[in-house]
Amino acid sequence: MKLKSWREIPIGGVITEPGSAKKFKTGAWRTKKPVTDKTKCINCMRCVIFCPDAAISVKNLADLSEAEKVAIKVKTEAVLDCTNYDFCKGCGICAEECPVKAIEMAKE
Amino acid sequence: MSSTRKTKYHALSGGEAAAQAMRQINPDVVAMYPITPQTPIIESFAKMAANGKVTTSIINAESEHSAMSAVVGASAAGARAMTATSSQGLAYMAEVCYIASGMRLPIIMAVANRSLSAPLNIHGDQSDAMMLRDSGWIQIFSENAQEVYDNMLISLRLAEHPKVLTPAMVMQDGFITSHAVQNVLKLDDEIVKKFIGEWKPLYPLLDIDHPVTYGGLDLFDYYFEHKRQQIEGIGNALKVLRAIDSEYAKISGRKYSCIEEYRLKDASIAIVLMGSTAGTAKSVIDELRKKGIKAGLLKIRLFRPFPGEAIKKSLAKIKRVAILDKAAAPGASGALSNEIRALFAGAKKSPQFQSCIYGLGGRDVGLEDIGKIYADLQKGKISDKIKYIGLR
Repeated sequence: MKLKSWREIPIGGVITEPGSAKKFKTGAWRTKKPVTDKTKCINCMRCVIFCPDAAISVKNLADLSEAEKVAIKVKTEAVLDCTNYDFCKGCGICAEECPVKAIEMAKE
Repeated sequence: MSSTRKTKYHALSGGEAAAQAMRQINPDVVAMYPITPQTPIIESFAKMAANGKVTTSIINAESEHSAMSAVVGASAAGARAMTATSSQGLAYMAEVCYIASGMRLPIIMAVANRSLSAPLNIHGDQSDAMMLRDSGWIQIFSENAQEVYDNMLISLRLAEHPKVLTPAMVMQDGFITSHAVQNVLKLDDEIVKKFIGEWKPLYPLLDIDHPVTYGGLDLFDYYFEHKRQQIEGIGNALKVLRAIDSEYAKISGRKYSCIEEYRLKDASIAIVLMGSTAGTAKSVIDELRKKGIKAGLLKIRLFRPFPGEAIKKSLAKIKRVAILDKAAAPGASGALSNEIRALFAGAKKSPQFQSCIYGLGGRDVGLEDIGKIYADLQKGKISDKIKYIGLR
C-alpha cells in the first residue's frame, strides 16, 4: 500500500472511515503462532471469547465436508474454524485458556 | 450619585476581563479547577453562569488533568470549550495539552502565569508557559487587563480558523495583571457575537452521520505526517492573526500585532520582553527620552508561533538589546533570549545582545531595575553571561 503524504490525510490523526482497523494488519508483530490440534479441540469456544483481536473464527458444522467432519472430536452446531494470522499478534492467551491443551504456541 | 457622566470604562481585574470575554463568547463547555492566581477567572465566570448570563455547561473537575481532558472531549464532540489555569495546574495538564494540539482542537485557555514549585511560590513568573512552549499551542501574552480581554476574543477566532485549528493559551501575569483592577473597554455583546461567528467544527464526534475516531494509534507510518500538519497549522497562525487583528481594530479601535514596538524606530538601545513589565519599561523609556537617550521597547505578544521575521526586522538596526526572560532555563539561557539570538546567527549586522533573567517567583521589577538595564546598555556594559535582575 502506497503511504500518503501529509497534505493528503485528515488532520489531527482523525479516522474518517469506520471499521478501518481491518486494514491494519497486526499479525506481523507475532513471534510465536498458535497452532490448534482439531483432534483434541472440544469446541468450547473459550479461545474465541478470550482472543483480544477477534482473530479466531467459527463455522457451522453443517457447512463442513464429510472428510472435515471426521477429524472433529466434539460435534457441536458451531465449530472452531481457524486463526486469522493477519491479525493474531501471538499473545498466547488462547493457548493459556484452552482447557484441553489443544493449542500450541509454535515458533514462526 | 450626582454625577451623570457615563464612562465606557469598566473597572476589571485581568481575571475578570478574561471572564467577561468568556461571557460574551458563551462557550458550550467550560471545565474548571481552581488554582491561584487563575481563580478570579473561573470564579467570575461561574458567577455569571449561576446568574444565567451564559448557557455554558460547567464541569467542576477533580483536577486540572481532568479539566483539560473534559475540554478535549467536549471540543472533539464539536463544542466551543474553554478552561483556565496556572502553574502546577498547567504542569498537571501538560500531558493532555499535547493531546489537544495533536487532535487539532481549538480550545481556549486563559493562563495566569505563576512560578513552578519548588520552592513553593504562588506569584507571577512565566516558567509555566515556557514549560509548554513546544506543546503545539498558540501562546499569546498580554500586558494588561485590556489586552487580556482583547486577546481572549482574538485568540478564539485564530484558534478556530480552518487553516489554523490549534488551541491557544492567553497569558496574563499572575497577580500583577490577574488581580490588579484596571480600566477596561468592552465591546457590545452583539458586536462580539458577530465577530466570533458560529463555530463549525471539522470532525465533530456528535455528527453521527459521519462517524470519526479521535485518538487512534499512529505509528512510524503516519505520526510524522500528522506532526508536520500541526506545524503547518500553527505556522499559518502568523498570517491569519494579521487579518484578524485588522478586523478587530475596525470594531474596537485597538490595533494589535504579533509584536509591539514602543519608541523603537529610532532607538539605539532596547529591551525585549513579554507581559506586564512592558508597562514599566514604557514609563522608563519616556523618562529617558526626555533626557535625549534613544531607548525603545519590543514587546512580544505572540510567542508561539514565534514571529521571527518580524522580530528580526524590528531589531536589525538597534545597537544594543537586552532580552528579558521571566523564566529560568537552568543550564541554558532563557527561551526568548535563545530564539532571538538565533535569528541573528550568521547575519552580517546584528545588535549586541544581553540575556537577562528577571522577576522569578514574582520578584518585583521596578522603574529603577529597568532604568539600570538601559543605563548598562547605554554604557556598553554587555556580556555573554546572563544578568539576573534584582537578585541579591
